Formats: sequence, C-alpha cells, structure tokens
Amino acid sequence: MELKQYNLYFLYQETVALTKRLFIQLKRRPSTLLAGILQPIIWLFLFGALFSKAPEGFLPGVDSYGNFLGAGLIVFTAFSGALNSGLPLMFDREFGFLNRLLVAPLASRLSIVLSSFFYITILSFVQSIVIMIVSFILGYGWPDFYGLGIVFTTLILLVLFVTSISLCLAFVLPGHIELIALIFVINLPLLFASTALAPISFMPNWLGWLASLNPLTFAIEPIRIAYTQTMNLDVVALHAPYGDLTCKSCISILFSLTVFSLIVTRPLLNRKLN
Amino acid sequence: MNYIQIKDLSKSYSDIQALKDLSMEINDGSLFGILGPNGAGKSTLIKILATLVEPDGGEVFVNNINLIKNPRQIRELIGYVAQDIALDKILTGRELLDFQSDLYHMNKKEKYERIKLLINQLEMNDWIDRKCGTYSGGMKRRIDLAAGLLHLPKVLILDEPTVGLDIESRNIIWQLLKDLKNDGMTIILSSHYLDEIDKLADSLVIIDDGKVIAQGTPTQLKNKVGGDRITLKVREFSTHEESKKISEILSSINGISQIIINKAQGYSINFVVDKEKDLLTKLKVELAFSKFEIFSLAQSQPSLDDVYLQATGKTLLDAEISMTGKRDLKKESKQSMR
Repeated sequence: MELKQYNLYFLYQETVALTKRLFIQLKRRPSTLLAGILQPIIWLFLFGALFSKAPEGFLPGVDSYGNFLGAGLIVFTAFSGALNSGLPLMFDREFGFLNRLLVAPLASRLSIVLSSFFYITILSFVQSIVIMIVSFILGYGWPDFYGLGIVFTTLILLVLFVTSISLCLAFVLPGHIELIALIFVINLPLLFASTALAPISFMPNWLGWLASLNPLTFAIEPIRIAYTQTMNLDVVALHAPYGDLTCKSCISILFSLTVFSLIVTRPLLNRKLN
Repeated sequence: MNYIQIKDLSKSYSDIQALKDLSMEINDGSLFGILGPNGAGKSTLIKILATLVEPDGGEVFVNNINLIKNPRQIRELIGYVAQDIALDKILTGRELLDFQSDLYHMNKKEKYERIKLLINQLEMNDWIDRKCGTYSGGMKRRIDLAAGLLHLPKVLILDEPTVGLDIESRNIIWQLLKDLKNDGMTIILSSHYLDEIDKLADSLVIIDDGKVIAQGTPTQLKNKVGGDRITLKVREFSTHEESKKISEILSSINGISQIIINKAQGYSINFVVDKEKDLLTKLKVELAFSKFEIFSLAQSQPSLDDVYLQATGKTLLDAEISMTGKRDLKKESKQSMR
C-alpha cells in the first residue's frame, strides 16, 4: 500500500471537517449561541436602566452608562465563549470521540486545536456583532472604521489567549463537571474585577490594582476608546495605579499575554495529543 | 506471511500490569482472534495496535513498519472499531461518515463511492440520514464499523464488536468480516464470545492475566486438549467433599484425565475421556459401586473454553464471574483518557 505524502491541503481538509462538525452541532443545538447573545443584551438593558438617572459627568468621557458598558459586555461575551471552548473537547475525551480523531492519520493534530480556535473566534464575532448592533439601536454608539479594526483585533487576541487556556484545562481536568465548576468560579469574578462595569476610579485601591492587572481590562479599554472617541492608538485608555496606559500599550500587553499563553500551553497540548 | 509481529509487549496502569511480555504473529489476510475474559488485557493490546496507547516495553511491526516509531504511517494502514461506540449524537450517520472520510483525506469521488457502498453493504439505507443519537445498539455498531472501513484499511482492528448486539446485526457483521477477509483484509478481532472466535478466526491467541496462554488455529487448539469433554453431576448441587471423592474414583479409571471440580457449576466434575475407549459404562459401574447415582452427564466435543479450562483451571465464565466487581471501570476509563 502506498503511503500518502502529507501536505498543507490535508491539514486544511481535516481542520475544515473538524470546524464544520462544531458548527453543525451549534446549528442543531443553538442554545449556546442564543444564551451567549441574550445574557449580555439583558445585562445591557438592566445595567443601562440601573444607572440611567446617574448625574451628567458621572462617568468621564461617555454620554451614558450604556455607552460605557457596551465595551465591557462585548469583551465579556467573547471571554465567556472562549472560556467554554474546552467543553466540546472535554466531552469528546469523556465519550471516546477523541479516540476516533487520534486513530486517524491526521496531517497534524494541531488541526484539533485550530478548529476550536476558528469556531470560537467566529462564534465570538457573531455574538459581539449582535451586541454591537443592539447597543447601536439603544443609542450607545458605533465605532468608526479604524475603531472596528481595533475591536476585532482585540477580540481575536483575547479569544486566542483564553481558548488556549481552556483547551489545556480540558485535557488537565478529570471531567466536564470540574471544568464547568472552574468556569463558573472564574467567569463572574474576572468580570467584576475588571473595568467592564465601572472605571478604576470608582474602585477601592486593592480592586483597582486587580482590575488594572486583569487581562479583560486590557481588552475592554481599547474597545471603549473605539466607542467613545475617534480611534487613536496613542490616546490614554487606562489610568492604572501603576501609571497610564495607551491603547497601543493595552493591545501590546494583550498580545504578549496571548503569545505567552500559546507558548506555555503548547507543550501540554502536544503531550496530550501526540 | 507475517504481516504483524508483536514482541515482548508490556504495559502497566499504575499498580496493574495489563500486559506481560506478550508476543504473537499475525498472518497477512487472516482473521486473527484474541480471546480472553474481561480484564485479561485484550483491550490494552488492541489500543496499542490502534496507536492509542503507548506500551512500556516491547515492539510492534505492521508491514515491517515500527508502530511505536511511526504511528501515523500505521494509522493509514489500520481501521479501528472500539469497544465503546463513540458517535457524535448530533450528526447524522452520513455526516459522520463524511466527517471521518475527511480525517482520512479522501477525495470527493472516493468519499461518495465508499460511503454509498458501505451503506448498502451494512444495510443502513433506511436510517443513515437520521441523527446518530436516535440509533439502536446494532445501528450504532454498524455505522461505527462503516467508519472504520471507509478508507479501505489493510488491517481492521475490532474490540468486542458484537457485545450486546441483536442477532440480525451480529449476523450482518459476521458476514461482512468473512467477506472482508476473503477480499484479503487482515482482521484482528477481540472477543470473549467463544463461538464468535471459533466460527470466524483462522488463528487465535487466548490471553489470561496479560499473558498468552494458548496460540494456534481453533482446530489445533481443540485437538491438543484431547478427547470428548464430560460434565458429570451426582446431584444438582454437590459439596466439595463429595466431588472430591468422585474425582478420586474417576482418577482410578484408565483413559480418564484432566479432572476438574467446577465450583461455579455446583461442584460438577469436568473431565476428558479418550476417544477410542468406551469408558462411560465402566464409569457408571464404578460410581454405583461407591453408591453414587448419576444426576446428569453431558458429553461434548472439545471447545475453546476447554482449551482455556485446561490452561487456567477455570472456565471463561468462571473467570468473568471472578472479575465481576474487581474492576473499577470508571477508573480504567479515566486512565485510558488522553
């Protein structure tokens, strides 16, 4: 029997097949997509209403609380989706479907990881766009063209960062119960310990420090700038206790964190998949 | 010609040694059976052959390719049908086969033709476009088998493929395996069903406690254990002492051998009689002399179970029963998870 020569087309073919499977699952069980969209929209309505009578100038640089909140909820949606990205892999591990993939002569088992990245990135974009449209309808603004580029670049970096961690957790933890529990523990505290719901100036000193070290904050602030003013990478986006950070700095930190997480998680993924 | 060579294979899971220096050879184009009770090490061996588990020691060659050093090349040669059927419940059978064929890098034409052929061969036309989550056990097994055969593997590895199946599905699978073998495919079939291995396998190994205890063709192995097998009972449930007395009487009769007291069958006595001699009349006389009456007496040709019995002193059923409750299947499943 003649053995096949492996090439990039095979990697493409298997990655597309794996991604397609995830989208078929999503199409037939759309509750994840709907919940991921509904939750932030409900938050947008409720939190927007909660602070609707706040005095003018209550939040610096924005017209309304909804205007402030939009960026936080977009990031939170992408973050939650990426944090959950390990779940399908965990279920495949538990129910033995992963063995079906591992027995196949994949050009590279990287395709299993790549498909999760593609799926979550596209899913996050769809959810974020819906939230952006709802925010726009509610009068909370729309970023300019350059700002849109910043929004999506930031989201890609965040999704890559969180997805790589979630996929590792899916291999390290013993089962889906533990993974869900961990997601439950991480999700909301990280949201509250960021600038998604309130600026650092509203927070006690310790929480301000936490928020200004939180990766979510580095994603939220450039998006907030994209929403509230003409996009400029050199404008100060975050007044952190350790100093001011521009949009460029926030994105650079997020980029570094993403590269770092990919480097750190790669050996584990390699070990588990090879 | 030997297509697969396994040399001194060993594998441990924490404190359990699943395989102990296992060696065997499998001929090209043959159907090779791996027989043994649950927990004997069959699934571990199968998972090593399927490149899912790395052995602690030993070597495996498939078509002279080192399995441990070149697992991807081996994966191209093999099709694997696991014991626990793992299907994506959301996909339809056709979508699953389509997905699988992409993992094997098949082109569109190949894919279409193979899927169509397998749907017909395994009689899946009526339900192939339903979601896998709605399938019965037999349907799941058939679609799983089709997935393993999509890329026309040189070697098909099946781990207990007919466990819990209805007769119709079992017959379809048996027929397909015979056809595949006739087409030149090498098939490795693990099972704890004696009749399955006896009917299908060209040659087999019997594994117990991680070791090969017998190896050969079914006929060779059965001939080795000698004459007809007798199961004798002097009452429905004897005591050990009573059975021991009877075994002493039997051992004094020339031509009776391999006397075993079978605790699992109410202390019945299993033994072998020489084919050439009419020993049953003599047996009846000797028992009557010692004031024992025959409650039941069954005579049969030697089976693979007798081969196992001779090698281990227990029947396969006894071995299965003794393993019940000893295995922590949840723990084993976690250990085998990536």
